[in-house]
Amino acid sequence: MFRNQYDTDVTTWSPAGRLFQVEYAMEAVKQGSAAIGLRSKTHVVLACVNKASSELSSHQKKIFKVDDHIGVSIAGLTADGRVLSRYMRNECINYSYTYESPLPVGRLVVQLADKAQVCTQRSWKRPYGVGLLVGGLDESGAHLYYNCPSGNYFEYQAFAIGSRSQAAKTYLERKFEGFTESSRENLIKDALFALRETLQGEKLTSSTCTIAVVGVGEAFHILDQETVQSLINEFEIVGEEPPADEATVPDQGGVAEPGPADQGTPTDQGVTPMDV
Amino acid sequence: MCRTCVAIAGADYCVIAADTRMSTGYSILTRDYSKIIQLADKSVMASSGFQADVRALQKVLAARHLIYQHQHNKQMSCPAMAQLLSNTLYYKRFFPYYAFNVLGGLDSEGKGCVFTYDAVGSYERVGYSAQGSGSTLITPFLDNQLKSPSPLLLPAKDAVTPLSESEAIDLVKTCFASATERDIYTGDKLEILVLNASGIRREYMELRKD
Repeated sequence: MFRNQYDTDVTTWSPAGRLFQVEYAMEAVKQGSAAIGLRSKTHVVLACVNKASSELSSHQKKIFKVDDHIGVSIAGLTADGRVLSRYMRNECINYSYTYESPLPVGRLVVQLADKAQVCTQRSWKRPYGVGLLVGGLDESGAHLYYNCPSGNYFEYQAFAIGSRSQAAKTYLERKFEGFTESSRENLIKDALFALRETLQGEKLTSSTCTIAVVGVGEAFHILDQETVQSLINEFEIVGEEPPADEATVPDQGGVAEPGPADQGTPTDQGVTPMDV
Repeated sequence: MCRTCVAIAGADYCVIAADTRMSTGYSILTRDYSKIIQLADKSVMASSGFQADVRALQKVLAARHLIYQHQHNKQMSCPAMAQLLSNTLYYKRFFPYYAFNVLGGLDSEGKGCVFTYDAVGSYERVGYSAQGSGSTLITPFLDNQLKSPSPLLLPAKDAVTPLSESEAIDLVKTCFASATERDIYTGDKLEILVLNASGIRREYMELRKD
């Protein structure tokens, strides 16, 4: 697949009808650290693994708030992700300025996909090297989309991208049927478990992951470290083995009930100044 | 020029008030239209003048504040918002927003601050201000009652009034009650916003409807 004469330019087709540069861009996504998204009828949870390049440095920001009702987590070239997040934020602001209402998630995703497509058809550009999991809420409910560097986008019930995401996808494939009716807490728990799959033995702590939630009556926000750590402790107590045995009957209805630990009192915002 | 807005800065609070009448010529369009908007945690703006321009200005500032929050991960301070408002107004120097604004809030030390503007962005931090059709009636009264923060005093003194919050609110109510008597564009209802360390509070007072 690699190193052939048709892969120099994004505007060069291969005889088999492929654009190798675009496919290489999607490889870049697979090299990034994992990002996971899940949705229920009323909530979307985004989670990602924090990879710091060394012990001395801080980790890169991989989850961005785009608007009160939309957030995005990325995998791949985080610089590209940052730039695209800025674009998405601008689009949301402009839309609500003009129409006095929040930008529907599906529209934003199409705009993003079109933007990515442009880079696959200009000889002086390169494709964005980042995959985006866009999670948001609009009038038609909760949505989770995956945007590819190729300009394609897909809607998902749950998805994982980045390195070792297959492990998370396997977990999600087992559990996804229950997600629609899942409660907010169970959704977050499933996100944490899926995230743990990608860590493959490494310890899951609040410093190695970031979780963000958006839901009915709940604006998009990133959970603070203490909340995440207490959730990890709460859920890990249940057992180390993958929860095939758990009788996690999803709670009645997907109605947003704010978990007592999460709301309010994030005491010290600046605990670890290098964190988001 | 319609409506009246007043703001008074205190040691640890800020009072912003405006009437809720919207009129054109000798007619009243509505008796219940709010001219006050909260732009940030600690910044509140009241504007008189042409309401379409006021609304557009409010939207532009709100959008700019969102962008600021995305970039800096925090709310804009009142002095920062004051500068932004000035720049936004001057940006349209040659087709101005027909809006006469008063920005009130708490500065980074928690002291009350009031900024007063003309239509093209010239602004000044003051201890109190009135804008709009009733301003000519209210300002001399405030100069008299709030001696210390008056910008007319030399040497320049501290820009906040020593009055307590409730005294300031009563003063504002008195101002509007009197302005309503003589100014046809002022009346119906008074909306008062009080900003202090514990947050924002809204109060309403009925004014004469004629």
